[in-house]
Amino acid sequence: MADNDLIYLDYNATVPIRPEVIKRMAEVMEEGGNPSSVHALGRKAKARMENARSIIASVINCRPQMIIFTSGGTEANNMAILSTGKSRLITSQVEHDSVRSAAARFDGKVDYLAVDHNGQIDHSALIKLLEEDAENTIVSILYANNETGVLQDIKKISAICHEAGAILHIDAIQALSKVPIDFKDMGVDLMSISSHKTGGPQGVGALVAHEKLPVKSFILGGGQELGRRGGTENIAGIAGFAKAVSMIEQSFQKMKLVEKWRDEIEQKIMDYSNEALFFGKNAPRLPNVSTIYMPNVSSETQVMNFDLDKICISSGSACSSGKVKASHVIEAMVKDKNIASSTIRMSMGWASEHSDAEAFIKSWKKQYDRKNR
Amino acid sequence: MTEKTVNLPIYLDYQATTPLDERVLKAMMPFLTEKFGNPHSVEHRFGWEAEAAVDVARKQVADLIGADEKEVIFTSGATESNNMAIKGIAFANYPQKNHVITVKSEHECVLASARSMEKMGFVVSYLDIDKDGLINLDQLEAMMTDKTILVSVMAVNNEIGVIQELKAIGRICHKHGVIFHTDAAQAVGKIPLDVREMHIDVMSISGHKIYGPKGVGALYLKKGTGIIPLFDGGGQEMGLRSGTLSPALCVGLGSACAISQMDMDKDFKHISTLSAALLSKIREGLNSAFLNGSEDMRYPGNLNLTFRGVKSDLLIADLKDVAISTGSACSSAKHKPSYVLAALGLDKSEIEASVRIGIGRMTTEDDINYTADYIIKTVQNLL
Repeated sequence: MADNDLIYLDYNATVPIRPEVIKRMAEVMEEGGNPSSVHALGRKAKARMENARSIIASVINCRPQMIIFTSGGTEANNMAILSTGKSRLITSQVEHDSVRSAAARFDGKVDYLAVDHNGQIDHSALIKLLEEDAENTIVSILYANNETGVLQDIKKISAICHEAGAILHIDAIQALSKVPIDFKDMGVDLMSISSHKTGGPQGVGALVAHEKLPVKSFILGGGQELGRRGGTENIAGIAGFAKAVSMIEQSFQKMKLVEKWRDEIEQKIMDYSNEALFFGKNAPRLPNVSTIYMPNVSSETQVMNFDLDKICISSGSACSSGKVKASHVIEAMVKDKNIASSTIRMSMGWASEHSDAEAFIKSWKKQYDRKNR
Repeated sequence: MTEKTVNLPIYLDYQATTPLDERVLKAMMPFLTEKFGNPHSVEHRFGWEAEAAVDVARKQVADLIGADEKEVIFTSGATESNNMAIKGIAFANYPQKNHVITVKSEHECVLASARSMEKMGFVVSYLDIDKDGLINLDQLEAMMTDKTILVSVMAVNNEIGVIQELKAIGRICHKHGVIFHTDAAQAVGKIPLDVREMHIDVMSISGHKIYGPKGVGALYLKKGTGIIPLFDGGGQEMGLRSGTLSPALCVGLGSACAISQMDMDKDFKHISTLSAALLSKIREGLNSAFLNGSEDMRYPGNLNLTFRGVKSDLLIADLKDVAISTGSACSSAKHKPSYVLAALGLDKSEIEASVRIGIGRMTTEDDINYTADYIIKTVQNLL
């Protein structure tokens, strides 16, 4: 049982579902229906689903038919990279595991772009790589990094890709509901989004893809999603996803507050110790996350100590199957394994409170003192 | 007619999807609300609690089919499970072996997966079905070569409800060292299944066909069976199926399995009684009606009927108060004639005169009485 007095600061792993979303999902689950059935109940389910598609499309500014619902962000990322028929992939060293492992499976040449100490991609290296074979290339870039929150300049990257004739996929899973996303204005070709990072349920996501692209799922079946992804759609999940996305204004309002608290955390820690490091602090980044290095205390120990103080944080991505290992993202930024393995991530969201930030600061200082004073 | 006690419209399309059982919804709710953790967050209690719930659900799924919990992988649904089973196992054994055997009457997603394998250079053989909808075991055995990797045969057919002889099929497969996969989306929780006793190596399971939620399914994979994942990522589900699991959906599937196991006899008896009543009333009232597929080797919750001389789309349109369908929900939206009924030997006019009636846990005797009279009257008007 999760105690009520636990402080949850791991929003980048998953976000508590918003109560409004739960209400909507319960309604849809009670209603039932298979959206592919032609009778009245099926048509009602279908209408629910198409309404959800339109809501999401209007928030991220794309056409509804561009949205292909999937089982989540991992499937969407894999689909984008593996199903467009390109023979060359350019991605970065700081991608999410789902893109990294899809890249490992990619049937063709793969190049990895380096990042600077701020976590930002070297645009000139991308331009250089695209001098060759651009028309057969898909570029896949993480918009907001899951570990540091660092944002890439997608409009610029998109212009570079299209100038050269390549297509661009972005993983916008962590960005959605935290910073504005405009599919059309960014000019990207493919975009992955996920519900459970926005306050919606787990088990649903989408790939947004231009109709002109020959995207095909590795899940074939009854011709759902305009023949691009088989399987009976998870309508309750989809309706919940749309509800969470539709609350974008509330999300942005809260992000303004959360950003202040995050900055307060960093300021107070900096005032306390000049050895602490904050990754991505000098780059544009998400307002809700801070990735912090504490000298002489391993990530694993920090996670345990925070847990003893009833604070839930993480050492990085939640996916890395049970093992606390040094972050490849931090290592790519600082080229130092020791620093990478003494770093943790705290991330806030819609239900966070100022007292959560205060508790975090208190626990951080206590741990720092134990090893460093 | 007992109109006063019937809630209209009556839902009789249980093969397309089933209503969510209230007990399942109740089990899921805490995992949508306060227990929202990411089950892969190993570093704090929200994650542990979610992981523990997923493990319980995994055990519930395993128990229902006589498997070990380590042999159950959660997926987004039976379509994904079927795709994973067929492509993943075929590729894991390629190029040493290159042959897959399936049946002409399989679900669309199995056939689509098989066709995609053919495009990639695999050889696929398609078993016929007889007039009862059953495959011929001699034909199966004759098709096997030393290149055969996998046999995929559906447990209960989604359109006609016919139950294949799984145990005999499994025995033949194992005699030849071939892996046996069954799409049991329509069978799990409805008829007794035991993967060990039936020699099943791989099985696809769906949540929303057993009064659980949509968007979740499972793949049973016997320990030691080689498979290549459909997609990659954080290495969840023992590296076989990446992506954050939804504890709510997993708990939904788990509790749907536990409830089905507990209520299987009761459900089966209830559904058999209603099904027999509906069939005999329709046969009495309409001598032009006949049942498609074996009458004995069938799951009684599925009645696929042909009303000679009647167009099924007109019949369905006239039956405003009853939700039934012409066949698979996936293809019914596309209005393609049923390839399953064609494989059964029906001609075009008979196929176009056929409907599927699905009876389930929530169906009542009044629903059946009302529907029988309503169908008889409507068919007579159309003749």
